[in-house]
Amino acid sequence: MTPLIISGHTFSSRLFTGTGKFSSLQLMEDALLASGSELVTVALKRVDMHNQADDMLQHLRHPQLQLLPNTSGVRTAREAVYAAQLAREALETNWVKLEIHPDPRYLLPDPIETLKAAEELVKLGFIVLPYVHADPVLCKRLEEAGTAAVMPLGSPIGSNKGLKTADFLEIIIEQSNIPVVVDAGIGSPSDAAKAMEMGADAVLVNTAIAVAQDPVAMAQAFRQAVIAGRMAYEAGLPPTGQQAVASSPLIGFLDEV
Amino acid sequence: MSGFQQLFDQYDWDEVKAGIYAKTATDVERALSARKRTLEDFKALISPAAMPYLEQMAQLSRQLTQQRFGNTMQLYIPLYLSNECQNICTYCGFSLDNKITRKTLQKEEILREVEAIKAMGYEHVLLVTGEANQTVGLDYFREALELIRPHFANISMEVQPMDEADYKALIPYGLHSVLVYQETYHRADYKLHHPKGKKSNFNYRLDTPDRLGRAGIHKIGLGVLIGLEDWRTDSFFTALHLQYLEKTYWQTRYSLSFPRLRPCSGGLPPKVNMNDRELVQLICAYRLLDQEVELSLSTRETARFRDNVIKLGITALSAGSRTNPGGYATDTGSLEQFEISDERSPAVIAGMLRSQGYEPVWKDWDESF
Repeated sequence: MTPLIISGHTFSSRLFTGTGKFSSLQLMEDALLASGSELVTVALKRVDMHNQADDMLQHLRHPQLQLLPNTSGVRTAREAVYAAQLAREALETNWVKLEIHPDPRYLLPDPIETLKAAEELVKLGFIVLPYVHADPVLCKRLEEAGTAAVMPLGSPIGSNKGLKTADFLEIIIEQSNIPVVVDAGIGSPSDAAKAMEMGADAVLVNTAIAVAQDPVAMAQAFRQAVIAGRMAYEAGLPPTGQQAVASSPLIGFLDEV
Repeated sequence: MSGFQQLFDQYDWDEVKAGIYAKTATDVERALSARKRTLEDFKALISPAAMPYLEQMAQLSRQLTQQRFGNTMQLYIPLYLSNECQNICTYCGFSLDNKITRKTLQKEEILREVEAIKAMGYEHVLLVTGEANQTVGLDYFREALELIRPHFANISMEVQPMDEADYKALIPYGLHSVLVYQETYHRADYKLHHPKGKKSNFNYRLDTPDRLGRAGIHKIGLGVLIGLEDWRTDSFFTALHLQYLEKTYWQTRYSLSFPRLRPCSGGLPPKVNMNDRELVQLICAYRLLDQEVELSLSTRETARFRDNVIKLGITALSAGSRTNPGGYATDTGSLEQFEISDERSPAVIAGMLRSQGYEPVWKDWDESF
């Protein structure tokens, strides 16, 4: 399995995780370690900037875990830029998961504000991973703006509905020159495997692990599914679509006398 | 009026024909990339505009066929029971006005044919007759089925169209599938080619698959005789008929044939000639429209053509066929319905199939399953 490289940083695990919705911080820590994940998102609003002994951060202090602060809670590009700057100071990282959802109900990302913020943050030297709709054009625009990856959604966040946007994800993956991380909506290990088989570079899973009956076991299941999906992708799945054909191997006989 | 006729009458032959010939390369490309193809897509695929895309169609057709049917090829063989016929069909060797020796097999003779066909390896058989309702009617068929059934896993028939009650009566005797070709969906031309006999009733023939569907037959075979009229328009109506039947009698399976008019004693030359390339186009277009339908190719076609075209969507192949009553065991000297092109034995055909990676299958369905 080839390693994943984002902005010069190498990841051996293609499963990214989140820290929300776990019933206890200990359980969160156990599950994240079991997942093998090396990149973990943290909502800036949950971190106590001025308390070095912040309880949550204590549970995330492992050498293999890189923290990815997210801008969850902001509603505009300007707020997002401000939040990213706070995160850089507090967590000492210039990586940021850019998410701007003015809509408190479905938490759907605002594509216009996201593009604006991405352009600004890249200029400010951030490594930007934007959370967006599975919009192939927007993803190309973000790539041009200099983001380190794109994170299109599989279905509404927290819905566990799987890859409702599969057709568009396929186009994004086909077109993208930067890593594509399928974020949001992945409800089961099979969804994660499917995304990886499609050629996604990584998946981000939070709710499906956190709210499982046994989050530690589920984290292991996702770990294996992501490995299986990536292996299948690299092994080369048999074609299901039509193939372009240059020669005439089937109807050549019609030309012979 | 009900059934397919109602739908059929909403279509105008000339309009359909014009629509097919107006299709462009863009229409063909759209049809090729569609995930689920419509009858409009089918029109594009059988249009002259699709000719440059034939290799792509062939690749897709092969892929869809393998996905559905695997590497199997069903072999079948006709057993001609009778060449007696009260119809005049301008293209047929059995036509009433054709002075030939008439023959209807009796029990002994049928059993000898059965024995000869079984010796070739077949586990199912297709019974064929002309149309002579007095001598070869319901009673004759019932007796023939009773006689034949113990020897075969299942039995198909290609005989005169019958009433729904007759089909219902024959199914318990082992009748599994019925082939009934419209010959042409062009009303006026149909009349021209079938001037006399019960067959001259276009609507009764058109309604036959509906009667079969209502009777609960397992499988219905459709087709037109290619050469009577514009093959593209006729094939569109075949596809229309097929889609109507699939939606209406959804528990029934369907098969299609595309016999090209062959020389026969006393027959008219074809009005329209379909070349090999066009037949390949039609086969692929049918498969691209319908992944489930069975496509069969008879010994009318040459060995070379058949060896190449089986890879392109065909699922059933006849082999070793004789088209005269008694042709397998007694060779009564009665005239053939049409000339055979591929005269290789079933064993040779089976060997050819294996060498191409296909598994020959000698029956369709076993009632004992």
